[in-house]
Amino acid sequence: MAFLELINIHKSFGASVAVENFNLAVERGEFVSFLGPSGCGKTTTLRMIAGFEKPTAGRIIIDGVDVTDTPPNRRNIGMVFQSYALFPNMTVADNIGFGLKIARRPASEIRARVEELLRIIHMSEFGRRYPYQLSGGQQQRVALARALAIQPKLLLLDEPLSALDAKIRASLRQEIREIQRQLGITTIYVTHDQEEAMALSDRIVVMSRGRIEQIGTPFEVYNFPATRFVASFVGTLNLIQATVVDAAIGLVTVEGQLVRVARPLTQHRSGDAISLAIRPELIALNGQVNGEVNRLSGTVEDVTFLGSIVRVRLGLASNKLHFDLFNNPQLRPPQPGSSITVQFAPEACLVLGEEAASAHPISASAAQAA
Amino acid sequence: MLKRFWSWFWFIVGATYFLVPLYATFDFSLRARRGELSFAAYANVLNDIKFVESFWFSFQTALATIVISALVIVPTAYWVQLRLPRLRPVIEFFTLLPFVVPAVVLVFSLARTYSRTPLTDSREGLWVLLVGSYVILSFPYMYRAVDTGLRAINIHDLTEAAQSLGAGWFTILAQVIFPNVYTALLSGAFITFAIVMGEFTIAALLAQPAFGPYMNRLASSRVYEPSALAIISFALTWAAIAAIQRIGQGAQARVAGPR
Ligand SMILES: Nc1ncnc2c1ncn2[C@@H]1O[C@H](COP(=O)(O)OP(=O)(O)OP(=O)(O)O)[C@@H](O)[C@H]1O
Ligand SMILES: [Mg+2]
Repeated sequence: MAFLELINIHKSFGASVAVENFNLAVERGEFVSFLGPSGCGKTTTLRMIAGFEKPTAGRIIIDGVDVTDTPPNRRNIGMVFQSYALFPNMTVADNIGFGLKIARRPASEIRARVEELLRIIHMSEFGRRYPYQLSGGQQQRVALARALAIQPKLLLLDEPLSALDAKIRASLRQEIREIQRQLGITTIYVTHDQEEAMALSDRIVVMSRGRIEQIGTPFEVYNFPATRFVASFVGTLNLIQATVVDAAIGLVTVEGQLVRVARPLTQHRSGDAISLAIRPELIALNGQVNGEVNRLSGTVEDVTFLGSIVRVRLGLASNKLHFDLFNNPQLRPPQPGSSITVQFAPEACLVLGEEAASAHPISASAAQAA
Repeated sequence: MLKRFWSWFWFIVGATYFLVPLYATFDFSLRARRGELSFAAYANVLNDIKFVESFWFSFQTALATIVISALVIVPTAYWVQLRLPRLRPVIEFFTLLPFVVPAVVLVFSLARTYSRTPLTDSREGLWVLLVGSYVILSFPYMYRAVDTGLRAINIHDLTEAAQSLGAGWFTILAQVIFPNVYTALLSGAFITFAIVMGEFTIAALLAQPAFGPYMNRLASSRVYEPSALAIISFALTWAAIAAIQRIGQGAQARVAGPR
């Protein structure tokens, strides 16, 4: 049985539904992220696990025990907040030791544990400081240590890094991941930053409007998005309007140029208008890939230098196509205004269902490609 | 340059407004003996056992008022902000009632409500009524101070952080909320202290041996002593406030600083 189980969770505030039909099983030691746009119910779900909100319906099981009606202070769950929420009146050491003091552990044990945690977060010299004497990144590390001090069953983090600047964010998220691995603690991490979710998670729960869109590893979610929403929310995506020429062999046309997708378009007929989705990094300049490829020609409209990669916008008659080149100082990137041809494999094309409904899955052809 | 001149100008105007009456009172209090300046009036006041007794009585009453008021106001303001934010204007209105209801009305309604209970037929009972009334008088100052103090910290997240670490409501109030509104509480406490020390109406109507009625009695029976008393009580009140502040300084220093 899974370590944490959310069974048919439903939560409404008055008439508005914040979370519905939420089912999730998390294994012991797993790192799971909730990813989704603002207002999709990530925080609400996390707060239900922590016990700060009561589900309107459904059960929450932790380590085999139904905790749905257990108050938050009896759940033994560590929580890290976006605002750090350190107690301003206590030193760093007292903050970290707070939970142990409440559990009436002997002073010597508390001291030893606080020292150990200060070492884990690389802040041994900071025990006597007050929170206001620390930087944001340091405060959040203390908050993490404080949550871990009570040896919680679960660690919950609600956008812990979003108040920090980019550099610290990247290094601290690595630190969080290392500590999590080291302690083997089951962790739920809420974020609206897909890069963060991908870099950290064993599995990602992609949410939209209170529902789960997809649960999967970062690899699965990125490469095989289950719904149109996931495809467009996770990573950047080129959406191209195409017309089906021959559904049986997966042949379509994009503004008169023929393109083959890897699988038959079982849900479509010749003449249907469809959307093709292609990741920018799967498109290359013509001539760099062997085997069967699709080619599209157009005019370079814009070239953006992003450091390690160069993003190029290619204009067809009405569609736009973004693609990435690795930066190479020896090679001049394509110049705006020039005509070029790009290529991509049939497997790179995802076919999104024509219905706009976000819950509609991509046709099987795309989901099983590559 | 000109700006500087005007700031000094207004400072001096303000200081004059404040200090001249004080100085005049002081000067007058020194003229108890004809033709010379002396502290005779002060000696008379300080030698009066009634002075010491009534001051000490009011001092204790003020401390009791502050403690009880804090114990009522802090959890209330905390709970309202945490769980009943929509009730905030209502609560604020109630705390402002002492400005609307005259003290005479307050004390008569209290006496009526509690007549023929132990509260009205003993000296101790009346003292309880007195403290109760003062607690009500302190509400506008205490509530506002605490409410502002609570807004300066993120009580929602602090509460939830403490809860997730196993704390119950009592622990949260005692170890997280109180220490963090301590500074705000002190400012409300100073005003409360000053008000209770000088309060006359309620203390007189409840026949309590308080400092206010004592000052009043003295003022109507003596000439120079009331002025001396005014200066003494002024100094003592400031000294008492300084003492309270000194006691609270440790906690204050800790919570201070940018957030
Ligand atoms: N206490 C509440 N009362 C009423 N509605 C609420 C409450 N808390 C959340 N909601 C609503 O529930 C929905 C989900 O909110 P939630 O905070 O879980 O979103 P989120 O995914 O965490 O978003 P964000 O990324 O902005 O933090 C929102 O529409 C929000 O307005
Ligand atoms: Mg949120």
